Amino acid sequence: MTRPHFSFLSLLRQAFLGEKALAPHWPARPPKPAYDVIIIGGGGHGLATAYYLAALHGVRNVAVLERGWIGGGNTGRNTTIIRSNYLMEESEALYEHAVRLWEDLSQTLNYNVMYSPRGVLMLAHTDHDEHVFKRHVHANRLAGIDNEWLSLAEAKAYCPPLNTGPDLRYPVRGAALQRRGGVARHDAVAWGYARAAAALGVDIIQNCEVTAIRRGADGAVSGVETSRGPIAAKKIGVVAAGHTSVVMAMAGVRMPLESYPLQALVSEPVKPIFPCVVMSNTIHAYISQSDKGELVIGAGTDSYVSYSQRGGIHIITEALAAICELFPIFRRMRMLRSWGGIVDVTPDRSPIIGLTPVPGLFVNCGWGTGGFKATPGSGHVFAHTIATGTPHPIAAPFALSRFREGRFIDEAAAAAVAH
Amino acid sequence: MLLIPCPYCGPRPELEFAYGGEAHRPRPADPAALSDEAWAAFLYERANPKGRHRERWRHVHGCGQFFNVLRDTVTDAILAAYPVGAPPQELNAGRERQERGA
Repeated sequence: MTRPHFSFLSLLRQAFLGEKALAPHWPARPPKPAYDVIIIGGGGHGLATAYYLAALHGVRNVAVLERGWIGGGNTGRNTTIIRSNYLMEESEALYEHAVRLWEDLSQTLNYNVMYSPRGVLMLAHTDHDEHVFKRHVHANRLAGIDNEWLSLAEAKAYCPPLNTGPDLRYPVRGAALQRRGGVARHDAVAWGYARAAAALGVDIIQNCEVTAIRRGADGAVSGVETSRGPIAAKKIGVVAAGHTSVVMAMAGVRMPLESYPLQALVSEPVKPIFPCVVMSNTIHAYISQSDKGELVIGAGTDSYVSYSQRGGIHIITEALAAICELFPIFRRMRMLRSWGGIVDVTPDRSPIIGLTPVPGLFVNCGWGTGGFKATPGSGHVFAHTIATGTPHPIAAPFALSRFREGRFIDEAAAAAVAH
Repeated sequence: MLLIPCPYCGPRPELEFAYGGEAHRPRPADPAALSDEAWAAFLYERANPKGRHRERWRHVHGCGQFFNVLRDTVTDAILAAYPVGAPPQELNAGRERQERGA
């Protein structure tokens, strides 16, 4: 398996060769009849799982089955925000694990994922916000995670376009800042993991829809039926995001999940104007500027279960109203595209990672409205869980059984995130 | 935005309504007798289907009434609306109407 190593010199050489010598990032191989592990879902989390299975656990006979094209679901539909300033200890460990992997991910994968720790500023508009964010700052400090409270003047200095005047309907009172938070290039994350995994022997199989999960006489999984024929495997990892309920139903497992459309939109590209990521939970909008120059704006979910990959227009209208209040300089900008992704939401707004009641069947889902940030950490702990058959210590609290046992990781109540 | 046919007021925009989740989930008659699995299943597990979904809505900014809706979660087309207490709508109800594009 030859894979060109990307470096300044190799890119320079390609430039002079007219990029004719560029090889495909990964080979398009047909599915084999059997694998050691099948990953259902070729998004960032699934591809990362396959990569870490091959790179860290020596499990290289792995197939990633993707119904459409890799990274075409929520991996390509999110606002690429990365942060770890969660309240609960279990969440802090999980998301901080991911941030630490983000920090040298480009080097690890030899692929520029454009991780940019430009800072995530979370705005406080009310007395309650201020209390909650300060509580988060202190909880994070105790866990060794950077997060600091900024006064109004400090927030304005950090993000000059911010309207800190008293004329807003909900004036900004201050903000929590995680300096190591930021953004990354979502497509590059999928491509980088796919390329690195394929180089280790993983098969990336696109346009391959799983239609059934086969189980043996002992109840354990024995393989899958797909649109490209049956494939056998003793271990199956389901990483299907919004479609997890549908896939798990093939194995007869009902999940504590509901799928909702979550929308985002981008503006026309402009010159660099916006230095960081800003989130407001209270008036519900978040914004950053991509390296292409577009403002990337996140809105909310619709209230009802849907797989339609589009949401109500009033949802994005409300988000834009909030953006125009916070950043009056953007009031005359035009929006170019909007889209929806289907997010799978759990009752406590924390993910589910681990074993299922079906032997050999593993699940990694429930990332809800904020899964992109966790991609490397999620794949890392899930690969360990599949390879060893026991949950990674960081993943253990996120077991499916927590709903039966009442051991919630209640980020919904903590309200650290925009739900 | 959905146009929701309230059985009491007629079609109104979604903003007048509150979503109430999956319908036809009767509370167990004797919760104390349930196993932990059954109780957790009642509280947290949902059908979450890709396709026809029977769900509860409330016309909070109108008549205030609860009612049930049969909706396709792929197209978001609403196929039927019926009062609470009526038997669960057949999942096939309105299929002809939808296929005609009505």
